Amino acid sequence: MTTDVAPTAAAPSRVGLNQAFADAMTITWRNIRAGWRVPDNQIYMFIQPIMFVLLFAYVFGGAINVPGVDYVDFLMAGIFVQTMAFACAPASVGLADDMQKGLIDRFRSLPMARSAVIAGRVIADLVNQLIVLVIMIVCGFIVGWTFHNGFGQFLAAVGLLMLFAFAMLWVGALIGLSVGSPQVAASAGLIWLFPVVFMSNVFVDPSSMPSVVQAIAEWNPVSAIASGARELFGNQSLVQSEAWPMQHPVAAALLWCLLIIAVFAPLAVRKYKKASSK
Amino acid sequence: MNAITAEGLVKTFGSGEKAVKAVGGVDLVVPEGTVVGLLGPNGAGKTTTVRMLTTLLAPDAGRAVVAGHDVVREPQAVRSKIGLSGQYAAVDENLTGRENLWLFGRLYQLSSKEASKRAAELLEQFNLTDAADRTLKTYSGGMRRRLDLAGSLIVRPQVLFLDEPTTGLDPSSRLDLWDVIRERVAEGSTILLTTQYLEEADALADDIVVIDHGVIIAQGTADQLKAQIGGERIEVIVHDPEALGKAEQVLNLGSGGQCLRDDHTRKLTVPTHTGSKGLIQVIRDLDEAGVGIDDIALRRPTLDDVFVKLTGRHAEDETQAETAQGRAS
Repeated sequence: MTTDVAPTAAAPSRVGLNQAFADAMTITWRNIRAGWRVPDNQIYMFIQPIMFVLLFAYVFGGAINVPGVDYVDFLMAGIFVQTMAFACAPASVGLADDMQKGLIDRFRSLPMARSAVIAGRVIADLVNQLIVLVIMIVCGFIVGWTFHNGFGQFLAAVGLLMLFAFAMLWVGALIGLSVGSPQVAASAGLIWLFPVVFMSNVFVDPSSMPSVVQAIAEWNPVSAIASGARELFGNQSLVQSEAWPMQHPVAAALLWCLLIIAVFAPLAVRKYKKASSK
Repeated sequence: MNAITAEGLVKTFGSGEKAVKAVGGVDLVVPEGTVVGLLGPNGAGKTTTVRMLTTLLAPDAGRAVVAGHDVVREPQAVRSKIGLSGQYAAVDENLTGRENLWLFGRLYQLSSKEASKRAAELLEQFNLTDAADRTLKTYSGGMRRRLDLAGSLIVRPQVLFLDEPTTGLDPSSRLDLWDVIRERVAEGSTILLTTQYLEEADALADDIVVIDHGVIIAQGTADQLKAQIGGERIEVIVHDPEALGKAEQVLNLGSGGQCLRDDHTRKLTVPTHTGSKGLIQVIRDLDEAGVGIDDIALRRPTLDDVFVKLTGRHAEDETQAETAQGRAS
């Protein structure tokens, strides 16, 4: 046995901003490091985005005929938005897993910033989503998609997509902290995303939908983000709608993101405080 | 100096008719440098008590001071002085052993370098150096518990909380972990240990607090608790059923007529106050009388006997019945 020269921890009565930041970075490191070792996440991050781009470009690309539009040019921003919407998956599964396995209890018994558990989750998932987005953009270039409005607007579009991912992470965090098990988080916690994503202009022109569904699609935040990204990328966007979000997609997209964050971030934080003190 | 002082801790879950009083007024004192075992069946309120003492749960009533700080008013100060190792091995199975300990070290506010150094020391101390750079997915249950325990010793904690440290382990892993815990005891650590295993409290704790339905029902050293239900006795299994009567006569003679006889198991039980001397005497007497014996033992009452005496039930009886609400405890 080695001689035990354990260091003593500082005993802060209150957690300062520096420590809160350092703790959040530590948890971020842990989430990225551990997350990348899970095969599900590797598939989610590296295989799925490539698969979606190729499938939609080469399988549906010829079948879905949008008159007067180059489908790949139209489609790609939609796939980006879809993937960013599913950003809530790793956040919800990760937090549900930590709750179930007692890691959150362990963290709460340590002299660390309380905020770091959620902050570290959100930052890690943002980093991962950015990597996913970059992979998809590169794939997009390969299948012939490109942006037309210059690099500045391209970056603005990437920023908008990341803002949307950030908003969806809070939705995922709330789900993950509410459902109790990672299995439920991965299934029931995500099933609602399919209608939300498909009842939009992500893949098709909503004018082909029944009028009620069309109205939903026009006001769907996912549509606003997709149209906003298309406008910034300079891609074709098929707007034949009088609905306000379709007339002002970038503004609508920003408003939707801010609204989602304003509603779900406080709810998730409240749920975390409540769930972790049971 | 007391490392833990708790007065009148109360915690109720739920409200209205469905309210469950998990802890109903627990007083607890753990002097520095001692090991106190909180013993009780599943659902007795052990984990809830530990969660309150480790700042994870705010008590509804009462107060507690741990390592000199109030758990409600100064939780962060308490957290920097305690270590907690739980029954659900709270470690990240996708990180390696070294990474887990580094992570906990950083969150104890050590520098990256200090955390790495401390991780290496603990891995060596807990015989995990060979497995240090493998992810925990490849660890056995016993290895995980050892790592979990190592994680609670990053900074030498003034008070160590071990919540059912060996629940679910196989017997040999349990003995391994006992050794590790005994090392901490030898170094003078203050430990609050919860367990539903009577022999575990007996083996590790100086003082035992028996808890049932959220209230303390007995307290004392293992010997004191055992003394509550009488002293030692000698048990003899007679070889030949025909010789039972003769043997009984012999033992009654030696004990003043206190021999108990069980024909079915051919077992005779007689109280003794002289320990092993009494045992030798019984063997001599039976030998002289020509009674052959299959087995003979000096038996001390177990903590299970204490539990039956105190509650009218076996400690293990409730384990199954109350597993359903186990997590809530």
